[in-house]
Amino acid sequence: MPHDSGDGNPPHSALPPEPELRVKAIESLLIRKGLVDPASLDRIIDAYEHRIGPRNGARVVAKAWTDPEFKSELLRDASPLLDKMELSGRQGEHVVAVENTESVHNLVVCTLCSCYPWPLLGIPPSWYKSDAYRSRAVREPRRVLAEFGVELLSTQDVRVWDSTAEIRYLVLPMQPSESLGADEDALVDWVTRDSMIGAGLPKRPEAAG
Amino acid sequence: MTRVHDMGGRPCNDRIAHPEPDRPVFKEEWHARALAVTLAAGVLGKWNLDASRHARETLPPDAYLSFSYYERWLAGLADLLVRRGLVTVEELSNPESCPAAPSLVPCALMPDEVLPILQKGSGTQRDTDSVPRFRADEDVRTRNPADNALVSGGHTRLPAYAQGRRGTVRRIHGAHVLPDSNAHFLGEAPEPLYSVAFPASELFPNEGLARSGDEVFLDLWESYLEPA
Repeated sequence: MPHDSGDGNPPHSALPPEPELRVKAIESLLIRKGLVDPASLDRIIDAYEHRIGPRNGARVVAKAWTDPEFKSELLRDASPLLDKMELSGRQGEHVVAVENTESVHNLVVCTLCSCYPWPLLGIPPSWYKSDAYRSRAVREPRRVLAEFGVELLSTQDVRVWDSTAEIRYLVLPMQPSESLGADEDALVDWVTRDSMIGAGLPKRPEAAG
Repeated sequence: MTRVHDMGGRPCNDRIAHPEPDRPVFKEEWHARALAVTLAAGVLGKWNLDASRHARETLPPDAYLSFSYYERWLAGLADLLVRRGLVTVEELSNPESCPAAPSLVPCALMPDEVLPILQKGSGTQRDTDSVPRFRADEDVRTRNPADNALVSGGHTRLPAYAQGRRGTVRRIHGAHVLPDSNAHFLGEAPEPLYSVAFPASELFPNEGLARSGDEVFLDLWESYLEPA
């Protein structure tokens, strides 16, 4: 069997210790060598700052709240639907939607790295990537949810999805009763990023106070 | 591999810094640059996603634990760039000494390709003739220990907290690229991937708050499993 040998002095130790300087060194080297076009880097950053974020997932949830056929198809086989909405892509090629109900609350984590449905929710928040969340979410999800201020119903079991393969999970939160009757566009504002991870609940938009 | 990255269930009482506002997306400018340069370098095709995860996991454990998220990315990227022959250690330590190339390499990511490539992604499901060994609702047991069976000390996606545990297949996702092989450039070797539900009490019997219906779901490749 081949062996994955450790490396006594890994190449990254040749870089300066400060992360800002590390990025600069790698970036300028790759540009000098013709391996990277700096304009492409700017486009990537722009995409994640302005195009790919939790608003995308919120649109999916709001549609599911108002369109029963869409919801049942989303829960049955999400990826083809998301493809059609142009909401699939890098780190969201295979998506499973899981529904919160009065008997189940779902929570998503990746204990091995920080896998997350990027096309739907954007770049993961720092807490999701933290060692503490990765350690605790599978072992004591009820304590974690209590810390996050999520009050579970006495009827709810907790399902934790440790997304360590290439299947990404979108939590479909329960629609708050106060929002019933609102149209799809208005409902988008009720859907928080955390509610689509299971780490929070939807809430009344501040502007609508 | 030290499994320093294999965090699930580890004793830890640290409070989680939650919540966090949606914006800014990148807390520091260098976070954005680190993400972008990592993605652009990945498009050169000298490694795959599994190999880049493995590069981060095999950082020296003290470095892994002291690094922030994007520092782990940068260190993993630098190690891959050298190990896959795109740059040398000397060039990394002194980028200014490297002569400027007259033009971009043909496989470099062009600005107009960025959005299409992000939107396309790189799916891991593959068409195979293999018939899944397990069916939905079947009880299975995970490999023990949770080690790579192809490469000693190599990459795997079975967390240690779930090794040797009994669960139930709930869904079959089709055949997906096997990270244990792909991370080491041994081929995609696709295998059926199963969504397996474990009772929380099977994984963490001493966790007092859990209720009998609480479960943890993991997506596991066929070779990680045996009949229960």
